[in-house]
Amino acid sequence: MKRFMGFVNKEFLHIFRDFRTLIILFGIPAVQILLFGFVVSTDLKNAQIAVLDLSHDEVTRKLSGKIISSGFFDKAENLLNYDDVDRVLKSKKTKAVVIFEEDFGKRLIHNGKASVSIVSDGSEPNMATMTTNYLTAIISDFNRELSAGSAGSALLVQPEVRMFYNPSLKGQYMFVPGVITLIMILICALMTSITITREKEFGTMEVLLVSPLRPLQIILGKVIPYFILSFVDVILILLLSWLVFGLPVKGSILLLLVESMLYIFMSLSLGVLISTVAKNMQQAIFISLVGMMLPTILLSGFIFPIENMPDIYQWVSAIFPPRYFIVVIKNIMVKGTGFLFVWKETLILLLFTLAFIGFSIRNFKVRLQ
Amino acid sequence: MKNAVISVHDLVKKFGSFVANDHLSFEVYEGEIFGFLGANGAGKTTALRILSGLSAPTSGKVLVAGFDAARDPEKIKKNIGYMCQKFSLYNDLTVRENIMLYGGIYGMRKALIRERCEELLERLRFMEYGNRLISDLPLGLRQKLAFSVAVLHEPRIVFLDEPTGGVDPITRRQFWEMIYETAARGITIFVTTHYMDEAEYCDRISIMNEGRIVALDTPDGLKNKYRVDSVEEVFVKIVRSGKISV
Amino acid sequence: METVVEAAGIGKKFGNLSALKDISFQIGTGEVFGFIGPDGAGKTTLFRIITSLMIPDEGKIKVLGHDPVTEFEEIRKHIGYMPGRFSLYQDLSVEENLRFYATVFGTTLEENYHLIRDIYSHIEPFKKRMAGKLSGGMKQKLALSCALIHQPRLLVLDEPTTGVDAVSRSEFWDMLKNLRQYNITIVVSTPYMDEAMRCDRVALIQDGQLLQIGSPGTIRDGFSRKLYSVTAPEKYKLLLALKSFAGTESVFPFGDSVHLTLKEGVTVQAISDYLEKSGVVGVTMRETNAGIEDRFLELMNRK
Repeated sequence: MKRFMGFVNKEFLHIFRDFRTLIILFGIPAVQILLFGFVVSTDLKNAQIAVLDLSHDEVTRKLSGKIISSGFFDKAENLLNYDDVDRVLKSKKTKAVVIFEEDFGKRLIHNGKASVSIVSDGSEPNMATMTTNYLTAIISDFNRELSAGSAGSALLVQPEVRMFYNPSLKGQYMFVPGVITLIMILICALMTSITITREKEFGTMEVLLVSPLRPLQIILGKVIPYFILSFVDVILILLLSWLVFGLPVKGSILLLLVESMLYIFMSLSLGVLISTVAKNMQQAIFISLVGMMLPTILLSGFIFPIENMPDIYQWVSAIFPPRYFIVVIKNIMVKGTGFLFVWKETLILLLFTLAFIGFSIRNFKVRLQ
Repeated sequence: MKNAVISVHDLVKKFGSFVANDHLSFEVYEGEIFGFLGANGAGKTTALRILSGLSAPTSGKVLVAGFDAARDPEKIKKNIGYMCQKFSLYNDLTVRENIMLYGGIYGMRKALIRERCEELLERLRFMEYGNRLISDLPLGLRQKLAFSVAVLHEPRIVFLDEPTGGVDPITRRQFWEMIYETAARGITIFVTTHYMDEAEYCDRISIMNEGRIVALDTPDGLKNKYRVDSVEEVFVKIVRSGKISV
Repeated sequence: METVVEAAGIGKKFGNLSALKDISFQIGTGEVFGFIGPDGAGKTTLFRIITSLMIPDEGKIKVLGHDPVTEFEEIRKHIGYMPGRFSLYQDLSVEENLRFYATVFGTTLEENYHLIRDIYSHIEPFKKRMAGKLSGGMKQKLALSCALIHQPRLLVLDEPTTGVDAVSRSEFWDMLKNLRQYNITIVVSTPYMDEAMRCDRVALIQDGQLLQIGSPGTIRDGFSRKLYSVTAPEKYKLLLALKSFAGTESVFPFGDSVHLTLKEGVTVQAISDYLEKSGVVGVTMRETNAGIEDRFLELMNRK
């Protein structure tokens, strides 16, 4: 045990002595959170919208005038029919289309209510949320003005919000779960694989092998410091997102931390596995970055919703563990669901962990090739 | 009067407060085999870097092949050859490709490189290896080839940094025969080595200790002066006497 | 004398390349045993087999009475190993390196300080310095201290003197000599032929084969011919002349002179005449005793 603690102690010395390691451990997570946070939460200003007015009456003119004069939106163009909606949204410049139904003014006066549709581009979830929120707020305001003007029965403009391309708006508040998922796999897989291959490259592994240390002790000795530091990182990220952006954890924090531990452990086993395959640091970095980081960014649902991917990418994404953790953490953080809703993903992560550990032990050589 | 191709006057190189080269002054003559010896950390590598135009002196005047190391390092590089133990040739290129590459780097005409290449392969009895990868060659052959490539462009001086480390005794001697032959063609050889018997092969040697040149003479001259039988004993005497802490 | 390492018919192949062929030797307790040969001769592979880091394809080996293939854990407790590149943690200080290796082997610096005192005292003034910032000679001493800290019964040193200057090399061998009092068996490899003299016994190795095993004296005595040391002010001219002489059996530059053996029946007079005719002036020629390197060259040439 003393042997083992000596080894762990040495690993901590390596980590705290290397400025770059510390930056990767603590600097990158903080910067990522702040960066994503601020980029995502920018205020809405002069967002381009289009209007499809099928009624052309006084009320619709008044309402669209109110929307444009709010300062949040610019009118890009007036559309003539429904086919244009898809066209302008695809052009990406237009963030939303406001559609007034036929006989809008008449229905409002005769039936007491009329509906306006807000169609926004769900492939930019954050922008879509903001535009629709602002638009509905303006419409509510308009409703209040109408009610104040008419004595007696309330007149009501009913906004119907629809998303194109990402109907259930899965990107909302994705960045914190996404960053945790990404950072953990980066730190754990990359750093552990580097620290083990570094020993190979400097020839110190040869001496460790020829010592009474057992392979499992060497591996655990490498893994434990990173386990602790990664866990500190998770807490740091959660604190930052709560303090700076007011993002709460809706579900059980305990469950979230336990799931994070599982995910960290899985990433660490993956790092060990990579190090048993890679001959030197260069290879380890390459495998970790190209093999793990890119798929995590692109295929885990972090940025691009999995549902919108072509089938083949959906299948490919199934073999990348971050995808499951994103579901778990998002459920707990954003939706506030309990373990019953994430047990399947948890089980899959557990299986991945066991597989990685199994392969690592099989691959770790007590000798040189 | 001998013609000096390297002339160093009061060379000082500092790294912060650490003085790596402390007022070095010496000359190396045309066609000479000059052995540059010293203990680990004595400042040999630093001096070698300055002489080959890779690093600028802090002060002092350094002329190599007629060019000033502080002002014209690029011109120096064109007129010297360089070979070290660790890196010399690209392992994943063939012998011929390496030769063509280095000839090209030094701006030689294609036809001339080709001609020299075939000539060289024949002289080294290397014809059969021409299209083999460097990684497939035994170490000894690689070192011989690396040397030939370093003098391919007929530089005025060639710097050899521990060229024979770990090489077998026969190849080591063949290597030195190549050095002799090259020196006889008028190319100056500037060589560092940890093999003290190789130091005996040199025309003149200098011994560095703690940033200074503490001895410079022919091997026989040094042996007479220190009244010992070999350069090794000279070296040990000098370095031991200069050792303070380690 | 008890046998510490016993190898019989060891062979090792990497793909088609055979790194070791039919290697057999025995090393006794307390011996300083040297493997002398150039890079690529197979020294490192052999040492990795001794330290149980590699398994031989052929032959049998016993280290400290154990089989490195099946009982490697037993062996690893009692071995001190210094691989070719000094295996130090560059970002840890001198003292941290030493303490780390001590804990790994289940001991402490204080417990075995007496063992390494002579070596460590040279570098102790720099114990707070990072290992990466040490000079070659100091790294070598630290690596040796690290390999010794658990009082191993067998010390395996792979090219400990490569790239180190002549003075540090000589000091290093003095330190190894001092370790004799602790009855530690030392197996060491080197490409420097002159270091053979510092070993009790040596094995000359080339191209994966042992050329000869014996005490340095025995090996020198194995040199079968009369050896002449020839000098002249113009060394290269002398060398070329001797090479072109029909009566020359072998000729090699050797330090400040040229070592020469002659074919049967060729007289010293004949060679003097030839040199004079070739215009080599100031020639001296005397018989000399062969060294390890002469013997190595002779054995290489014979192959």
